[in-house]
Amino acid sequence: MGKKNKISLLIYALIIFTIPAILQNNYHLMVLNVAALNIVVVIGLNLLMGYAGQISLGHAAFYGLGAYLSAIFTTTYSFPPWTTLVMAMVITGLVAYAIGIPTLKLEGHYLVMATLGFNVIIYIVMIQLDEVTGGPSGFAGIPRLRIAAFAFDSDLKIFYLLWTVSIGVLILSLNLIHSRVGRAMAALSHNEIAARCSGIDTETYKVKIFVISAVLASLAGSLYAHYITFISPGTFSFFYSIQVVTMVLVGGMGSLWGSAFGAILLTLLPEVLHAVKEYNVLIYGLILMIVLIFFPQGLFPGIMGIFAKRKIDGQSGSREPLAWEKGT
Amino acid sequence: MTLWLQFFQFLLSGLTTGSTYALIAIGFSLIHNATGIVNFAQGEFVMLGGMFMVTFLSLLRLPMPLAFFLTVLSVAAIGLLLERGPIRRARSKEILILVMITVGASIFIKGLSMLLWGKNPMTLPPFSGEAPIVFLGAAVMPQSIWTFAITVFVVAGLNYFFKGTVTGKAMRAVAASRRSALLTGIPVDRMILLSFTLSGALGAVAGMILTPITTTSYDVGVMLGLKGFSAAILGGYGSMPGAVVGGLLLGILESLSAGLISSEYKDALAFLVLLTVLFFKPSGILGRGRLRRV
Repeated sequence: MGKKNKISLLIYALIIFTIPAILQNNYHLMVLNVAALNIVVVIGLNLLMGYAGQISLGHAAFYGLGAYLSAIFTTTYSFPPWTTLVMAMVITGLVAYAIGIPTLKLEGHYLVMATLGFNVIIYIVMIQLDEVTGGPSGFAGIPRLRIAAFAFDSDLKIFYLLWTVSIGVLILSLNLIHSRVGRAMAALSHNEIAARCSGIDTETYKVKIFVISAVLASLAGSLYAHYITFISPGTFSFFYSIQVVTMVLVGGMGSLWGSAFGAILLTLLPEVLHAVKEYNVLIYGLILMIVLIFFPQGLFPGIMGIFAKRKIDGQSGSREPLAWEKGT
Repeated sequence: MTLWLQFFQFLLSGLTTGSTYALIAIGFSLIHNATGIVNFAQGEFVMLGGMFMVTFLSLLRLPMPLAFFLTVLSVAAIGLLLERGPIRRARSKEILILVMITVGASIFIKGLSMLLWGKNPMTLPPFSGEAPIVFLGAAVMPQSIWTFAITVFVVAGLNYFFKGTVTGKAMRAVAASRRSALLTGIPVDRMILLSFTLSGALGAVAGMILTPITTTSYDVGVMLGLKGFSAAILGGYGSMPGAVVGGLLLGILESLSAGLISSEYKDALAFLVLLTVLFFKPSGILGRGRLRRV
């Protein structure tokens, strides 16, 4: 993945893991833990958006499937938590596969609508199927994760677990996009027809990325369920899907570091602003629109781009992009 | 009640809701044909139609026809603003970016409506009377007749507009080929603007006729938009008769499944229909398969 990324990762991990030494407030740790989970979902979604050129508005449903499947398997059927985590990932992956097969063959916006629809349906099922899911009042008493006798039962202990997973997912994803598969994906997102002409099975790749992306959301959902120990449908509504898409767009499609930045920024922002929950929807709508209108390549790359451009201007002067570089 | 009568009753109520789905589906098709994008705010237009009508009629106590007219005008103006503002200002004209801008707009409209009108569901009195009319043994609410009649009127009007007027023909030309339309001197930008305005107006009408039947609140837009989209896919995306057929069919399917199977999962049906159509015949019932140009 390149020397630069390795150094960045090292610095990133160092900064993250020294935070608990400075910050001891449990509430602040909890916000950061949620940020770690959001990063996992957002990186997964960015693989889909940035490398398959597809947008999902149903990641809240995959996140919710992970959480509810884990909750139901451990609490109702008393499976061990780590096993259910994997079971939930497999089931979610299969569901994503079933949705991806028909919709990914078509143009981009069909998946947008199909995943949105799926999100709405899963939400309805969570509320209506109350004997299994606990209905609108939620599902309580989910066991915590433990390794042998060691239980992850405090915000601090879980901080290390969640951030290890979050950084692990970042490393794996960086490796993925710098591999043969990643280059094929980049080609596919750049020009699907050209990619197909050079022998890349674009349809299979798109479905695979969609499944990986859903599985990562499910992993985050399961971890969330075992961390908070209580889940309710509200967390997995369509609005969460919008939130994670906004995080990807703020960080920039195709930029995994940007995703981490976007997820952290937008998870902390409402806490810092002490925003009234009523305005949350409004604010996200506004951010989404403004970023897309003015920084379609993402806020993070947009800002970086401004600096980078200045540097180049100072050194050797910039040149006009060639026609083919502008794209269509 | 005999099974047959029950069936007939569900059929009638399905046609009622189905006709509003048809109007929403037409709104989707109009914008899709002009620009190639899916307008996610279409469902919000419907919600706004209901909300504005409640405001004008129940709060400001305006007479019905005036309130009707003002509502259409207001939501059409919002459609116009959506195109003039976010869509036109967008730096990237990539379809998916534009689609996501309409998602942002839809969330924004929803959030604003919650602040303006609150969270409580609102309703409208029926346009005329509440005594059901008995038709072939089934009870029909006068509002259902209004709904159906207004839909027929709107569809007929649109049909005339697209086949009989120069502007309508120009819009069809843009749908057929944007570039050729531009070359023949059709102001494509204005046609796109018109398609958003018309979609806003259609959403307003759908919202107004639906609210007395189902009530409205700030968050109904997503579901209505999704159903309208499913209807459009079912009929054949981008096709006007397809939108009508898809809308009515979806309404009937939904009403029958709610009545005969389970009403709890009524809202899930539209999605099942959507996936089934995408799986087996993505071009829909009346749509033509498109070849993609490389």
